[in-house]
Amino acid sequence: MRATGGPDIAVGDVLLSVENVSLAFGGVKAVSDVSFDIRKGEIRAIIGPNGAGKTSMLNVINGFYHPQEGRITFKGETRSKMRPYEAAEGGIARTFQNVALFRGMTALDNIMTGRSLKMRKNFVWQLLRHGPAMDEEVEHRRAAEEIIDFLKIQEIRRTPVGRLPYGLQKRVELGRALAMEPELLLLDEPMAGMNLEEKEDMSRFILDVNDHFGTTIALIEHDMGVVMDLSDRVVVLDHGVKIADGSPAEVMKDQAVIDAYLGVAH
Amino acid sequence: MLYREAGQFKTDYTADMAVFPILQDRIGIVVILAIAGVIIPVFGNEFLLQAVMIPFLVFSLASIGLNLLTGYTGLLSLGTGAFMGVGAYACYKLTTYFPGVNILIWILVSGFFSAGVGVVFGLPSLRIKGFYLAVATLAAQFFLSWLFIRQPWFYNYNVSGAIEVPTRTLFGIPVTGATASEMTRYYVVLGFVVVLTWLASNLVHGRIGRMWMAVRDMDLAAELIGIRLLRTKLLAFAVSSFYCGVAGALLVFLWYGSAEPAVFDVNLSFFILFMVIIGGLGSLTGSFYGAALIYILPIVLRYIPPKIGIPIQSAMVEHIQHMVVGALIVFFLIVEPAGLARLWQVGKQKLRVWPFPY
Amino acid sequence: MDLLYKIFIDPFVQMGMAPDLLVQTLWDGLVAGVLYSLIALGFVLIFKASGVFNFAQGIMVVFAALTLVGLHEHGIPAYLALAITIAVMFGLAVGVERLMLRPLVNQPDIILFMATFGLTYFLIGFGELVFGGDPKVMIASQLGLPKGAIDVKFAGGFVSLQKIDIAATIIASLMVASLALFFQKTRIGRALRAVADSHKAALSVGISLEQIWVIVWFAAGLVALATGIMWGARSEVSFALEIIALKALPVLILGGFTSVPGAIVGGVIIGIGEKIGEFYWGPLLGSGIETWLAYVIALVFLLFRPQGLFGEKIIERI
Repeated sequence: MRATGGPDIAVGDVLLSVENVSLAFGGVKAVSDVSFDIRKGEIRAIIGPNGAGKTSMLNVINGFYHPQEGRITFKGETRSKMRPYEAAEGGIARTFQNVALFRGMTALDNIMTGRSLKMRKNFVWQLLRHGPAMDEEVEHRRAAEEIIDFLKIQEIRRTPVGRLPYGLQKRVELGRALAMEPELLLLDEPMAGMNLEEKEDMSRFILDVNDHFGTTIALIEHDMGVVMDLSDRVVVLDHGVKIADGSPAEVMKDQAVIDAYLGVAH
Repeated sequence: MLYREAGQFKTDYTADMAVFPILQDRIGIVVILAIAGVIIPVFGNEFLLQAVMIPFLVFSLASIGLNLLTGYTGLLSLGTGAFMGVGAYACYKLTTYFPGVNILIWILVSGFFSAGVGVVFGLPSLRIKGFYLAVATLAAQFFLSWLFIRQPWFYNYNVSGAIEVPTRTLFGIPVTGATASEMTRYYVVLGFVVVLTWLASNLVHGRIGRMWMAVRDMDLAAELIGIRLLRTKLLAFAVSSFYCGVAGALLVFLWYGSAEPAVFDVNLSFFILFMVIIGGLGSLTGSFYGAALIYILPIVLRYIPPKIGIPIQSAMVEHIQHMVVGALIVFFLIVEPAGLARLWQVGKQKLRVWPFPY
Repeated sequence: MDLLYKIFIDPFVQMGMAPDLLVQTLWDGLVAGVLYSLIALGFVLIFKASGVFNFAQGIMVVFAALTLVGLHEHGIPAYLALAITIAVMFGLAVGVERLMLRPLVNQPDIILFMATFGLTYFLIGFGELVFGGDPKVMIASQLGLPKGAIDVKFAGGFVSLQKIDIAATIIASLMVASLALFFQKTRIGRALRAVADSHKAALSVGISLEQIWVIVWFAAGLVALATGIMWGARSEVSFALEIIALKALPVLILGGFTSVPGAIVGGVIIGIGEKIGEFYWGPLLGSGIETWLAYVIALVFLLFRPQGLFGEKIIERI
């Protein structure tokens, strides 16, 4: 469905990197001087105890928070801060810890909103609806339906998302992110609140997205089993500071990481 | 039994995404249009047209305007009255300076003036959210109200401070002014409302409607999908004010025949807001229901009780109307916050399985 | 150039030339501001405790005043009428809690806000029905409020301070001080703050939401009554007051929705700003800019500081 490698970036090259990023709210330092990179085509896990600054890091990448220091380089372009629409237009999509679906809409409509960037027909055509605007709707409906098939949520496409069980909501949210055909997909605790079966399903979806669509994935996750199974490389944060970076096996054995999780003061 | 969809299979996405996918709904719309277009004008009397149907249509249009902004995009506005006023006064000045141009064109153009004003007062929506934005719209409301009273240019320096609608014709038939008949005016208003409702429906069922609803439901997530918040919000203000402006022009030119600035005060804003709340936020048909209930209710209150022998003085009618409207609002918000439109949908659901209970 | 002079220089020149007029305007603004603050205070009370923005606060002011005057018109002596009115406001609080707040307890704030619209309209109709729509005279002297004015010689002219205004300022300050103390020091005050933070958490520690809400709406009702008395004594008691109550919105924007001192400061700023603006800049634009100046001030303020002077900075977590 998608060619691997963008215009300049080959699989394995750095797609996104953050350098010396620091972020503070008032007096609270959320992230201090963190640097890591994400390579194209990989699945990168960001882990760490609660409050480590993982979500803040994703928010910086997305452009929702602007760091006081540091730079973000995405697809070769370096910026001191990202703006949300720059991230979106550049091909970064995201899911959220607390499912951020549009509750007034159906699952299908939520996924269709993910196509917003790709829908070009202007206001005047939209007024008429019939004609070019409708053709565009149909074209993107097809794309949405492919995602719906992929995620196996056909039965609930017309259900208002507020009525869906949590696990399905997370799937719809993934669908909405996929609808953007992103190059980089940020997943914030995609397995949170799921039982074993749901986790296995979600893991399979994540792997499929990475395999079939070639999408680079960065995910925040607490379940170590998932992290070990899915990710190519792991970065570990604790209290806003990076304490480890490497393959899952390396990171699991790192003493600093073990200490952080056990709560040993350092 | 009557309202079954069984057997109505869609074979392509276009059919699936139609605004009225169910055949019975399509028949229903045709019937409604037939009633509105033929039966009412032919069988109704002038009173029905002048005092009920024309204002109902005008308020429905204004409600649609407000609904687009508040119901679909989630931007609470208390400035509807002022935006309607902009449309009315713009139309008045335009036809004063260019009396030769067809009044229908000026009515449409005045909508654009209103849209422009709406965009200006919508600019704060980038920084200000939710409830605070309502205060910004109040600023618009009070400022514009003041402008219409204090700047005599708006009412052509007329001593009374009011504007009188001049006679204008369409194909030789008077459509505004004292000589225009109720039937002519009714058809003009009906024409505007039908076309504009159709356009609004097209908008909300497509990409733009989804973008507005995304901004309403979770604007941060919308931003991260790539929806440009300011443009989307300003578009909502523009389109909404356009509709309100046209409604305002229709109100003055095709219903009242004249107007004082006080017509477009904050009470009108609340009036329309109540229609939208009770009718159903985020529903175009709800705008019609709400307008019907809120506007027609006092008429019912005024005329029915004497007919069944309960004497109510006319002053009391207004007071009782206030009480009933207030109580109804609270009642609806408790029972069905999504308004009459949702009640209707629930009713349709029951119709689908009727005569079975579920 | 001439226009620039008119906008930026001339008004200040005028201020300097007649300082007694300036002080008079400032005083009038202060008094109006105090009254706006009182209305805003009612909002803050209810918002702090229930997260509900009570749009009906304005009509409660009118309703309370009307009840008081109406009872007196029917021959009831002033202080007894006052006591009965207080009881009526309590009844109103109970009614609102039971019929409006309880059924809507889980709904989003915007729904509750709209419900207060309904309440407003209902009270307007009810008040008109029971008391009639004509403006009435507040029974100020019967309640022991002073009449007349004190004229103070100042800078070659004099400044006229209405005694009722002085009384209003004093009473308002007392009210604010006691409310602030109430919130900070008493057990119920703490419970109110807990409820304002999180209904669920408050419930889980055994705070009765219903009781709190009745208390808070009653307190707001008392504030409304005091406001109604003061305002009615200065002008008259009519439904036009309801629109004036909308002015409390800019006050709340300046002062923040949850701050008692903020309501005061905001009210005073708006009151003085309005009066000064109207008096010195009004003639430039055509009079009557008081109707919208407060909102524009609030709007400009919002653009720079969306959370108001005293409000908490809103950090959205996603």
